[in-house]
Amino acid sequence: MSQSLKIDNLHATVDGNEILKGLTLEIPKGQVHAIMGPNGSGKSTLAKVMAGHEDYVVTDGTVLLDDINLLELEIDERSRAGFFLAFQYPHEIPGVSNANFLRAARQARLPKGEEVDAVAFYKEMYLKMDELGMDRKFTGRSVNEGFSGGEKKRNEILQMMMLEPTYAVLDETDSGLDIDALRIVAAGVNAMRSPERGFLVITHYQRLLDYIVPDVVHVLHDGRIVKSGGKELALELEEKGYDWITEELLPA
Amino acid sequence: MSILVTPQEETIVPEPAEVWFANPPLTETDTEAPAWYREMQEKSWARYHELPVPTRKNQDWRFADLKKIRFTDLAPADPATDPAALVARAMTGRPENFAAHFVFANNRLIYSETADLPAGAICLPLKEALATHGDLVRAHFLQEEKNLGGDKFAALHGAATLSGLFVHFPKGCVSEKPVLVHHFSGGEARAIFPHTLVVAEDHASVSIVDVFESIAPSEQTLNVGMVDLFADRGGKIQYVALQGLSDNGAKHVQIHSSRAGRDAAVKVAFLNLGAAWVRNESLSRMVDSGADCQIFSANLANGIQEYDQRTLQSHEAQHTTSDLFFKNALYHKSRTIFSGLIHVKPGAHHTDSFQTCRNLLGSEEAEANSMPGLEIDADQVKCSHGSTAGQISEEEIFYLRARGIPADDARKIISLGFLNESIAKLEGDELKEYLFSRVERKFAALDGRG
Ligand SMILES: Nc1ncnc2c1ncn2[C@@H]1O[C@H](COP(=O)(O)OP(=O)(O)OP(=O)(O)O)[C@@H](O)[C@H]1O
Ligand SMILES: [Mg+2]
Repeated sequence: MSQSLKIDNLHATVDGNEILKGLTLEIPKGQVHAIMGPNGSGKSTLAKVMAGHEDYVVTDGTVLLDDINLLELEIDERSRAGFFLAFQYPHEIPGVSNANFLRAARQARLPKGEEVDAVAFYKEMYLKMDELGMDRKFTGRSVNEGFSGGEKKRNEILQMMMLEPTYAVLDETDSGLDIDALRIVAAGVNAMRSPERGFLVITHYQRLLDYIVPDVVHVLHDGRIVKSGGKELALELEEKGYDWITEELLPA
Repeated sequence: MSILVTPQEETIVPEPAEVWFANPPLTETDTEAPAWYREMQEKSWARYHELPVPTRKNQDWRFADLKKIRFTDLAPADPATDPAALVARAMTGRPENFAAHFVFANNRLIYSETADLPAGAICLPLKEALATHGDLVRAHFLQEEKNLGGDKFAALHGAATLSGLFVHFPKGCVSEKPVLVHHFSGGEARAIFPHTLVVAEDHASVSIVDVFESIAPSEQTLNVGMVDLFADRGGKIQYVALQGLSDNGAKHVQIHSSRAGRDAAVKVAFLNLGAAWVRNESLSRMVDSGADCQIFSANLANGIQEYDQRTLQSHEAQHTTSDLFFKNALYHKSRTIFSGLIHVKPGAHHTDSFQTCRNLLGSEEAEANSMPGLEIDADQVKCSHGSTAGQISEEEIFYLRARGIPADDARKIISLGFLNESIAKLEGDELKEYLFSRVERKFAALDGRG
């Protein structure tokens, strides 16, 4: 059985516009890959297509999560199959407490008739919140409502830690974080790195990759991966921008 | 997404000729009641006869389905046959910590427990309070003029022998724990008249919860209840009405008034889950500076339930504040009516007053009517009112599903959260949990019926 998150020739449209135009990428278990790319190149689109957002229509290609055809699953099935997306813009859910939300997500993973052990659940949640430097008061507050940008991002990582996916996509989790928060969040992600888990980290900033050191860096441009390399590629991108790559792409 | 509610055309209803009650609805001849009280009853009965049955011409009954109040041959409820079972029911799942617990069935006290009342607090069934603290009761009893359309019901209430509680917390008397009161009703074409009178003197603080339930799953009863709250200087009152009557015929009228004095704070909440038809009238008076009234409601309507709520936030002094926050979740062919007025009276400068009614439409056929209103006769006033109606946001559902929660559960969790927003504004974690669990229970029952 294959042990990777494998995206092959993915084409996707939104409102009739093609955004992903034959995207191919494989993240073997145990590795961290980073995607960089200009605004509007399709990074979040890729993430949401994998999560199953209904605004996006896949017109061609496949996504395999190990041996599972991800695109054939319902949104919630994908999550339960081990896929996780930390959103660039997490949604607010008024009136639903963070704790109840996480508990429902955990409950959904249990066989019928089994109940989440509340005591163990809270203990684990508090421990992970401590790791992320999140105040206990966030358990009782409505999901993301009134959270600052940085608090929302931490909350996404808390969810990831609680749900322990096999493949996680982090969409600009570093944006909006100050340097201390960045360190804390990166430590949380690094603690989850394991031979049993793969990460795809979407970012604009090389500094994140100082903390979460990637195995491979990809450049996404106009719906396709146009260049891949080691972590040095990120430095080069930060220095020179994206123009040199797009120029390279022009037919000689 | 939010769209403004457009009222539906009213249907013409012929003037009802029915006689609600043939005789004064006295439960027992209460010979011990003071003379002033019996006089008041007689006057009320006469007034009840003078007052017309509400018609569609009456603005206060706009959008109401007047067929729902065509009563004939009602009679006061008979003593319950199995009080022990009702007491057991009242105890199941109640908040662990409470100051006192009273259970009434069909107008009669069947149980009481007052172990945790603070010293000095009076907490008595009205009948007993009339006998032992007659003057204190008289000073407040039905003293608030209020008419949001239900004056005929109010007169009827005054004419009847009353059940319910008289609560008096003297100066500085404080209890964090709530007083719990259950009111059961049952019988064919039977009526009960629950009354709640709460007085918090200077810097006293009291919390009280009325729970309305039917004896059997299907009861053709009418509740005509009244609740009057008086908070003196720095006093605090929290009042919750949890209505979970049979949705299969039970009708429920409750007329409320709050009177908040200097720096007093009153919170009231109406939670409607049951009954075929409900009419809540709520008057909040801020009569001295620093007074604050908060009015909340969370209503979960399904089937052909109709919840009709009329409110008035009356600012009568400078530097007063009030906030109204109502939430309706509607399913099937249910209807809600919200009509709310903010009145800032002449001289009530520096007033902050807010009013929000939000409707979550869970079905195409459900109907939410909103009539917010403002009347400002003072300066330096901050007021806002708004009402919205819409469906659950797809983005919210997506977010929950992206965490592995199945779509149906996601919808339920979001709707519960929607209603929980007004419950969350109350005080007392145990109490809120209790209320929230009742909403959850109705949601679970809803699932089964699609
Ligand atoms: N719902 C939508 N309707 C119309 N166009 C959309 C929609 N979602 C995305 N797009 C378009 O698709 C393109 C790719 O957007 P996407 O959000 O994937 O970019 P991104 O690479 O994540 O950019 P950023 O770095 O700014 O986050 C953009 O041109 C965007 O305007
Ligand atoms: Mg993006």
